[in-house]
Amino acid sequence: MTVLVLLDHEAGAIRQASRSAVTAALTLGDVHALVTGDASVAAAAAKIPGVAQVLHATDAGSAHDLAEPLAALIAALAGDYSHVVAASGATAKNVLPRAAALLDVQPIPDVVSILDADSFVRPIYAGSALATVKSSDAKKVLTVRAAHFDPAPAEGGNAAVRDVTAPEAPVLSEFVSIERSKSERPELDSARIVVSGGRGMQNEENFKLLNPLADRLGAAIGASRAAVDAGFVPNDYQVGQTGKIVAPELYIAVGISGAIQHLAGMKDSKVIVAINKDPEAPIFQVADYGLVADLFEALPQIEAALDSAE
Amino acid sequence: MKVLVPVKRVIDFNIKPRVKADGTGVETAGVKMSMNPFDEIAVEEAVRLKEKGIATEVVAVSIGVQQAQDTLRTALAMGADRAILVLTDVAVEPLGVAKTLKALVAKESPDLVILGKQAIDDDMNATGQMLAGLLAWPQGTFASKLDIADGRATVTREVDGGLETVSLALPAIVTADLRLNEPRYASLPNIMKARKKPMETLAPADLGVDVTPRLTVVSVAEPPARKAGIKVDSAADLVARLRKEAKVI
Repeated sequence: MTVLVLLDHEAGAIRQASRSAVTAALTLGDVHALVTGDASVAAAAAKIPGVAQVLHATDAGSAHDLAEPLAALIAALAGDYSHVVAASGATAKNVLPRAAALLDVQPIPDVVSILDADSFVRPIYAGSALATVKSSDAKKVLTVRAAHFDPAPAEGGNAAVRDVTAPEAPVLSEFVSIERSKSERPELDSARIVVSGGRGMQNEENFKLLNPLADRLGAAIGASRAAVDAGFVPNDYQVGQTGKIVAPELYIAVGISGAIQHLAGMKDSKVIVAINKDPEAPIFQVADYGLVADLFEALPQIEAALDSAE
Repeated sequence: MKVLVPVKRVIDFNIKPRVKADGTGVETAGVKMSMNPFDEIAVEEAVRLKEKGIATEVVAVSIGVQQAQDTLRTALAMGADRAILVLTDVAVEPLGVAKTLKALVAKESPDLVILGKQAIDDDMNATGQMLAGLLAWPQGTFASKLDIADGRATVTREVDGGLETVSLALPAIVTADLRLNEPRYASLPNIMKARKKPMETLAPADLGVDVTPRLTVVSVAEPPARKAGIKVDSAADLVARLRKEAKVI
């Protein structure tokens, strides 16, 4: 069996989550990678060990990852493949279900475990339950949760690159613009350490108090839905059922009560720390280390402790 | 311009779902059910388009059991003009829903279909994209802003790392994200009025659609529970433990 993996890229590099998708796909068969973007992206994909061939989409629509041409391209290529796989993320969630519909296939999103070629485990109800499903479709279209598969290395492979283009079709959609949130920090969905703030941060200004801690730890910064809805930070900071799903080695929840919605996005983290002044906050039920304290007092104390010698 | 808004009846978002003891699914008997929250946002957006004079009619549709009528009544109370229930006991998957909606689009000829981006029960996040694929219509998913003008929809989308704007030729599919709007609560007079609004009931067979699921649910289980750890005494204690016990910093 050969598997087609749609890789997502940012700034010329393949996203770490997509390298996790390669690992997942290698359990199913040989891997061919489909990439958009410029030649540097295709070259980066070719270096991933385990990728046997790179298909580089070069048409204009695919260049902006527009769903219409990209889904049509995947559907046109799919004949050669048993499975189409991608890491769960905004691009895959936009494109893969559309491609699945063109193939008359029911997609299987957010897979956390691959049991065999037809059977997969995926969370439902915001992770309150895990469903094992078996697909009767001839081809399978799935997205995988990156946190559950180790990323394939970025270097070491040497695959051939072949150009492909989406089938000719009327142009239905146009890319207008993208407004990127600027951040010097690691990406939320692949950071080793994540520091997240909640409603307890009180306002946009106070939310910045997480920066010194994140700086010291080299951490990404996340937020609860409450903090995002209150306008403290932009929505792409959101960790939770409807935001990003993260599973870092260390997750520090600051002033987050721990709604089910939020827990769904972070409870697979290796070590969870909760700092909250309410000892009854549900976040403490999942935290390995809980500190009941006023976060405005605790944050500088933690920074001081980090600065002091061991 | 006619707008079609599909809505799904799901376990109320405030209720913590319980896995059935026999592992066949999640308990829904005797559990409060409500409209999928993302679908409420979709209904709200459609109703606002009508209030702005852009939409002329808002048609709510649901695919499911008889009680999905309640969900449709909620949509009518929020301001939808009429409703269609496609009655089935099958737990229809996004592919089956998309096929059913495609048949309804052929019957109703809307210019815009607004859906919630995902249902909070199966968390599939697929129906809108699949409907767009089947219809060969453009799609604007995870929308946080929607403008309709000159036969096009301009959609601001929530993507990884920022906001993307796309322009779509109508007819088009839009799926609603959380920040598109804040749905209204239906007022009592509007709830009363909704009872008199028309509701049509169809069967999938009336639309010539096969909704047989492609996925078999082998089992449903509780995820491994995470145990509460310990409470630390101080910030210094916390940092020491993260260094020496957990060894993560």
